[in-house]
Amino acid sequence: MSVQNRTIRFTLNGEAVSAEVPTHWNLVELLQNRFSLFGARESCAQGLCGCCTVLVNGRAVSGCLYLAALVDGADVSTIEQPAESGGLDAVQKAFIEAGGFQCGFCTPGFVLMTRQLLDENPEPTEDEIKHYLSGNLCRCATYPEIIKAVQLAARARRAKA
Amino acid sequence: MAKAAQSGIVGRSIARLEAGAKVTGRAEYVHNLRLPGMLHGKIFRSTVAHGRIRRIDASAARALEGVHRIVTAEDICKVIPNPHYGPAFHDQPILAIDKVHHVGEPVAVVLASDPHVAEEAASQIVVEYEELPAVFDEVEAMTSTAVVHEALKPAGTFPDLKHLQGKKNTNIALDYHLRRGDVEAAFKAADQVFEHRFRTQQVLHVPLEPFVSAAEPGDATLTIYTASQSPSFVRIEIARLLGWPENKVRVKVPYLGGGFGAKLYIKLEALVTALALLTRRPVKIALTMEEQFYTLTKHAATLRIKSGVTKDGRITARLCEVWWNGGAYADIGPRVTQKSGFTAPGPYDIENVHIDSYALYTNLPPAGALRGFGIPQLVWAYEGHTDIIARALKIDPVEFRRKNLLRNGRPQATGTVMKDAAIDKVLERVAARMGWEKPFDRGSGTTRRGRGVAIGFKASISPTTSVAIVNLYADGSCALYSSTVDMGQGSDTAMAQIVSEVLGIPIEVITVVHPDTDVTPYDMATLGSRSTYHMGNAVRRAAEDARDKLMAMAREVGLSAETTPIPDVFRKKYGMQAGNIVGTGSFIPTYTPTDHETGQSDNVTPFWMVGGTGAEVEVDTETGQVRVARLINVADVGTPINPRIVETQLSGAAIMQLGFTMSEQMTFSAGQCTNASLAAYKIPGMLDIPVAVENEAVDSMEHGGPFGAKGVGETGTFGVSPAIANAIDDAVGVRLTSLPLTAEAVYRALREKQGKPLQND
Repeated sequence: MSVQNRTIRFTLNGEAVSAEVPTHWNLVELLQNRFSLFGARESCAQGLCGCCTVLVNGRAVSGCLYLAALVDGADVSTIEQPAESGGLDAVQKAFIEAGGFQCGFCTPGFVLMTRQLLDENPEPTEDEIKHYLSGNLCRCATYPEIIKAVQLAARARRAKA
Repeated sequence: MAKAAQSGIVGRSIARLEAGAKVTGRAEYVHNLRLPGMLHGKIFRSTVAHGRIRRIDASAARALEGVHRIVTAEDICKVIPNPHYGPAFHDQPILAIDKVHHVGEPVAVVLASDPHVAEEAASQIVVEYEELPAVFDEVEAMTSTAVVHEALKPAGTFPDLKHLQGKKNTNIALDYHLRRGDVEAAFKAADQVFEHRFRTQQVLHVPLEPFVSAAEPGDATLTIYTASQSPSFVRIEIARLLGWPENKVRVKVPYLGGGFGAKLYIKLEALVTALALLTRRPVKIALTMEEQFYTLTKHAATLRIKSGVTKDGRITARLCEVWWNGGAYADIGPRVTQKSGFTAPGPYDIENVHIDSYALYTNLPPAGALRGFGIPQLVWAYEGHTDIIARALKIDPVEFRRKNLLRNGRPQATGTVMKDAAIDKVLERVAARMGWEKPFDRGSGTTRRGRGVAIGFKASISPTTSVAIVNLYADGSCALYSSTVDMGQGSDTAMAQIVSEVLGIPIEVITVVHPDTDVTPYDMATLGSRSTYHMGNAVRRAAEDARDKLMAMAREVGLSAETTPIPDVFRKKYGMQAGNIVGTGSFIPTYTPTDHETGQSDNVTPFWMVGGTGAEVEVDTETGQVRVARLINVADVGTPINPRIVETQLSGAAIMQLGFTMSEQMTFSAGQCTNASLAAYKIPGMLDIPVAVENEAVDSMEHGGPFGAKGVGETGTFGVSPAIANAIDDAVGVRLTSLPLTAEAVYRALREKQGKPLQND
């Protein structure tokens, strides 16, 4: 197995960084092995469960299917990026308030997708929430609570806006 | 110190202690672990279901740059001469020895610093087998000439399995029998006798964090980091395999990304142990999602159930035969066979009962416990059967159940007298929430609506031990040391609430020390919904012990423990902020083993769990599609410690069981699982949940439980499958007796009913 490395430069959670990466690494491996960020997790390895969700240039991607080298020059944001306020953002607070998780393994993906949903659609219906989050799986099946959390977060964000 | 038992935190829905860590992605899982010099292992797995290993050719793999070492059973035996493990039978080798028993069984491991190199090398290993006849069906396994294991090897720890030692030419790992009254005479005397056969399919847990373990060798010691629900068992079993004392093996468990019964006993721990000792380096193995399908599953089962009833709807006799498909290794299957087997007649008061329950070996991936320990399979049969009888007798299904319900003060089939089991309340609350007495819209045209109920119960696994330590620091903060594993069920929070309540200190000053067998005391395991009751009692006792010691210390230094802040008591005693108070507590309930011949016991469980489900469905008669419009989950959980977490557990368990009911099914071709990925094996997503999910814990009190509480993790699963099948029958008059209830299965049954059966392809 011949391994080729590439040096890439990108913005990670607001900070300019560079890293040498084997060209076959995926984004999750880059974040874990070079930056000790473990919030994006590989689970199904097929882009079906959403546990590995990372934002690249503001769009959610499956980190398990996204080649690390492709983030060269991009703006990468993970669940570890602190909210602008410094603490938890409205979505994270809503997930806590509604009890929208159990084991927590899928939670970062749900939080990131919920943020993206509410950026696009500040007042989603229950059906819209279900469709938007249908690519994120929660084996603890905390779905009813997650829907409540999204609704709570939407209200909180609208109240603040 | 605030007055004890006055904080009132037990019974409040406080947020989970680790909530902040989980929403920021910072919660600790084994998958995060990186150790200096660590090697990654990738497993080469058997491609045949049953065969002798003729030759292992690892030359191409070994030649690959970056491969550290290839390991087979021969190497394993150098550090662990007898490498067979298992909780009930010592039947499972760390790597296959001479024979493979199922597709996917680990045969060899490649070690490399780079997991990609290890994976590539593993794919280049070639193994030749001499294939042997295989058996896959649990009923065929009873009489098959294909025998999975040459001799049975029960673990020495279970006296009731000793008679199975060395038994040959059988696939029956364990047979359990219960005899009460005289069923044959009662069948003869009955007005009507009904008999049905049911089947459940093989499914699996699918925790989103796949199995992962690492081992780090020390100086005549070993540390194992593992996503395990049973750290104490791992320590004891690894120490046994190595011939070491317990205190040389340290097992550490952070949060789990789901468990559901998969991550119990030994999974990867023995393998990483052997690899770490062979290489003298830390070794980590993280399975892929696909590999989970070869590791542990839920028992498929065939169930025959026969009842005698009187004209007025009393069940007078019930016979149950259950065949559990245990796969190639027993795991905890024999315990499922027995501990669940005795509830096979259901929560009904029946004079004459006859149960035969068999744990079978087959050449499929092993089966173990999955959220209910066999109960959902049994409820599937007895609640389908009960509903069919009610409809045949033209008695309302709720009324028929009401008439036959097992009530407190009456003996269960084992002879144990029921107590603190709110079976009647659960049934009544399901019926009330459904508006059972009110008219129901039955739909029209091609959309037909129906509703169904089901109720199940479960005994707790007994007898099992929990030990806890409460450490009170001189500034009034506190640590709880417990080996209960928080895999999402919220045990950290519930246990801290108990400590807070007993000591009268705020929850914010309590930390929960995660399982670390060098630090946290023994706990049997986090399984079978046992922690709230068993560990909860141990934690309560430990906190009470700490409180008593604090009171004594206050008295000793002439202070009032009632009114003096805790730090002042310590300062007066030690002259500065110093010292600890260590409270300990242990708990083991009383228990009478079941009689081997009759299955009778006057004390078979410390508590009963009761779960009832109501389902409303819409069936599309043109496609067989079933939409669950309403799912009502009612349970007796005693008095909840944290009502919201309890509700989430009930709802989550029910939706998980909805997956096992509607879509999930492992499919096999010659023993090879053909849908080992989330693309082909469909677990419920957000679009699959019922339109309305309602949950309720009935008003109840478990007298032996901490603050009246008992277990809940599994309860929501019990009634889901039969309630939906009963509702489909109610809607369109077809009865499905095999899971899952796919659109195809419903459509085939509809065509059959119309006298126009579909041809099989």
